Amino acid sequence: MSMQGPLATSRSATGIPTGRLGVWWLLASEIFIFGGLIACYILYRLNNPWWGGEAVFTKVPAGAFNTFVLLTSSLFIVLAHDAAEKKDFDRAFKFIWYTIGGGGVFLLVKYYEYSSKLFADDPELLKTPLTNTYWSFYYTATGLHALHVIGGMVIMALISFDLRKGFNPHRVELIGLYWHFVDIVWIFLFPLLYIAK
Amino acid sequence: MGQTTVTHDSHAAHGHDHHEQSFIMKYFFSTDHKIIGLQYMFTGMFMAIVGGYFAYAFRMQLAFPGMEVPLYGTVGPGQYNMLITNHGAIMIFWVAMPVLIAAFGNILIPLMIGCDDMVFPRLNRLSYQIFLLSVVVLFMSFFVQGGGFGGAWTSYPPLSAVAEYNLTDWGASLWLIAVALEFVAFLIGGINFVTTSMNARAPGMRMTDIPIVVWMIVLASIMFMASVGPLIAGSVMLLMDQRVGTTFFVPSGGGDPVLWQHLFWFFGHPEVYVVLLPALGIVAEIMTTFARKKLFGYKTILYTTFATGGLAFVVWAHHQFIAGIDPRMANIFLVTTLLISIPIAEILFSYVATLYGGSIEFRTPMLWALGFLVTFLLGGVTGIYLGSSALDIYFHDSYFVIAHFHSTFFPIAIIGMFAGLYHWYPKMFGRMMDETLGKIHFWGTIIPFNGIFLPLFLVGMAGQHRRIYNFQHFPDLATADLQGIRVFATVSLVTMLLFQFVFAYNFFVSMFKGEKAPANPWKSNTLEWTVPSPPPHGNFAELPTVYRGPYEYSVPGNKEDYWPQNMPDRN
Repeated sequence: MSMQGPLATSRSATGIPTGRLGVWWLLASEIFIFGGLIACYILYRLNNPWWGGEAVFTKVPAGAFNTFVLLTSSLFIVLAHDAAEKKDFDRAFKFIWYTIGGGGVFLLVKYYEYSSKLFADDPELLKTPLTNTYWSFYYTATGLHALHVIGGMVIMALISFDLRKGFNPHRVELIGLYWHFVDIVWIFLFPLLYIAK
Repeated sequence: MGQTTVTHDSHAAHGHDHHEQSFIMKYFFSTDHKIIGLQYMFTGMFMAIVGGYFAYAFRMQLAFPGMEVPLYGTVGPGQYNMLITNHGAIMIFWVAMPVLIAAFGNILIPLMIGCDDMVFPRLNRLSYQIFLLSVVVLFMSFFVQGGGFGGAWTSYPPLSAVAEYNLTDWGASLWLIAVALEFVAFLIGGINFVTTSMNARAPGMRMTDIPIVVWMIVLASIMFMASVGPLIAGSVMLLMDQRVGTTFFVPSGGGDPVLWQHLFWFFGHPEVYVVLLPALGIVAEIMTTFARKKLFGYKTILYTTFATGGLAFVVWAHHQFIAGIDPRMANIFLVTTLLISIPIAEILFSYVATLYGGSIEFRTPMLWALGFLVTFLLGGVTGIYLGSSALDIYFHDSYFVIAHFHSTFFPIAIIGMFAGLYHWYPKMFGRMMDETLGKIHFWGTIIPFNGIFLPLFLVGMAGQHRRIYNFQHFPDLATADLQGIRVFATVSLVTMLLFQFVFAYNFFVSMFKGEKAPANPWKSNTLEWTVPSPPPHGNFAELPTVYRGPYEYSVPGNKEDYWPQNMPDRN
C-alpha cells in the first residue's frame, strides 16, 4: 500500500502485519478450491481402479524433475526474502528472477508433457482431456496449477523492479508465501496423478 | 495490484489536504468503503427489481396459464424455466449477498470498529468491479442464442452440462461464468472484511466489544470462503463439461452427476447461514437500540454462532435424500440437520430475552426486526419437516419446499435488508425517512408475503410439484380449488410488489427532501453514530478509543439511557 493510504492499512491489532494476514486468508480460500478438486479426484479414483492403467502414460521422470525445479525455486524465494530483510536489494532482485526462472523451466517441461500427449502421432499415446475422466482431471488439475504458477511469476516480475529500488520489501515475503503454496499443491498433485498406479 | 500508484482519493492520515474529486472518480473509481458499499447496495437493489419482475412474470403464468402477462408477454415453457432459474440465482447471488454482506459489511465494518477505511481499499474496489462484471455477464446470458439458462439455480448435471439437453448452449456457460465471477468478488471482499476486523480495530476494542453485526459478517465471510472453494472447483469442472466436452458430471462418459450435488450443497447449505448471520446481526443492533436494553448473552450468541457455523458444514446431504444416497447416510444427515435447529433457536431465544422487559419503541426499523423474528421462525420450523428423511421423500421438490425456503430467505434477504436500510439510512444519506410511509411499507410487505407463501405450503402438501409451468396439463393438480389458491398467491405477490413503490418513493424523496438527520438519531451506542451523518471522507475527525461493549443501554447511574462506546466517563 502506498504511504498515503488510509490509517486502517497501517493498523495491526493482532500484531500480525495486515498484508501477511491477507495472504494467509487468500491461501486459506485457495486450499478449499484445490482441496475440493483433489477430493473429487480421490473419490473418482477410488471408484475407478482402472485409472491406474491410464496413469502409466504420465511421464514420471518429467514430473519428478519439475518437483525438484519447484522446490529449488522455493529455496530461491526464501533467499530473496532473506536478502530483502538484510536490505541487500540487488541480491533480492537476483533471487526473485531465479525464482521466476524456476517457474519458467517448470512451464517448459509442462509444455513438453502436454504436447507429447495432445499431439502424439501414435493413437495409443494420444491423450486429450476428452479421452476419459482420468485425463479430464489430469489436464484440469495441472492446468489450474500451471495458471497459478504463471500468476505468481507475473506478480514477482512486477514487484521485482520496485524491490531493486528498495520499495515495499515486505512484498517478497507475501509472494513467497504464495509460491510455497503453489509448490505444496504440486506436491499433492504429483503423487496423485503421476505416481499412484 | 503491484504498482505503487497513489490512489486519487487517498488522504494523508496526518495533515488533511482535501482536494475536490471529480464525480467520476468519486462515484465510479472510489476506494472509499462507504461509496463501495453504496455501489453494492444500489446494484443489489436494481437486481432485486429484476428478480421481482421475473417472479411476477412466472407467478402470473401459474395463476392464469397462457395469458399475455402485462409488461412481459406470453411465458412459454423454456421462458418459464429461464425465469425461475434466474429469479433464484439473482435473489441469492446478486441481491442477498451484495446487500447483506457486501453493502452493509462495507459501510458498517470500518465505522463500527472505528477506523477510516478497509485495510485493502483497492482490493475492495476490485471486488466491486468483478461483481459488476458478473452482472454484465449474467445479462449477456439472457440474450444469446437459445436464451438464458433454464436448468434451475442448482444447475444439476447432466441437464446443465450438455447443450443438447438444456438447449441453452452459451446461456448455460455465461450463467456459470457469472456465478463464478460473483464468487471471486465475494472471496476478495471477504478477505478484506476478515482482515480489517482483525487488524484495524480502534484502540481499546476487545474481541467482545465488537458489535454483533460485525462478528456476524466476518463469520459469514469465513463460512463463505470455506464452503465456496469446492464449488469453484466444481464450476471449473462443469464449465469444462460444457465447453471442452469432458464428462466429469455426465454419466454417459463415466462421470457422476451426484458429485455435483455434493459440491453444490456443500456450498449451498452453508450459504443459507452465510446470508442469515448478517441479517441476525442487523436485527441484534436494531433490537438493542429500540428496546433500550443490553443484548442478552453476547458471548452465548457468539459461541452459538460458532456452533452453527460448524454444524452448517455437515448437513448438506439433506438436500439429496432422494438422490440415491445410502439411507444410512441419510440418517446421519437427518440427525445433524435437526441438531442445527438448536443453536439457531438459542439465538432467537436470546433475542426474545433481549426484548423482555425492555422499553420497546415501535419505530420502523424495530417493526422490520420483529417481523424478521416472526417470519423466520415459521421458515425454521417448517425446515424440521424437510430435514426428516421420511417426510422429505413426500415433500421433496414440492411447493412445500418452495414455501419453506422463502419463509427463511425472505426474512433474511428482504426483511433483514429493509430493517438495516431503515436503521442506517440516516447514517448513509444524512436524512430521515418518513415514519408513516415506512410503516405502511412494512405492513404492505409482511401481510402479502404471508399471503403468498402460507397458501403454497398447502398446495405443496396437496402434492403440487415445482418446476411445472402449466398445471392445467395435470388433471390431479388442475382442480378449481388448487387453482384458486394459486391465484390468491399471485394476487398477494402483485400486492406486495406494488407496496414496494411506497418504499421507492420514501427512499428517493427522503434522500433530498427528508428531515436532516442528526449524528445519532436513535441514541445508539456504536461508533458509527458518533460521526456526522453522512460521515465525511475518512470517517472520524479524530480516531476514537473504545472503553466498553456496544450494548450498554439503560445503565443505572447514568443520566442518559445510552452510553456510547467511545465515551470515557459516565453519561
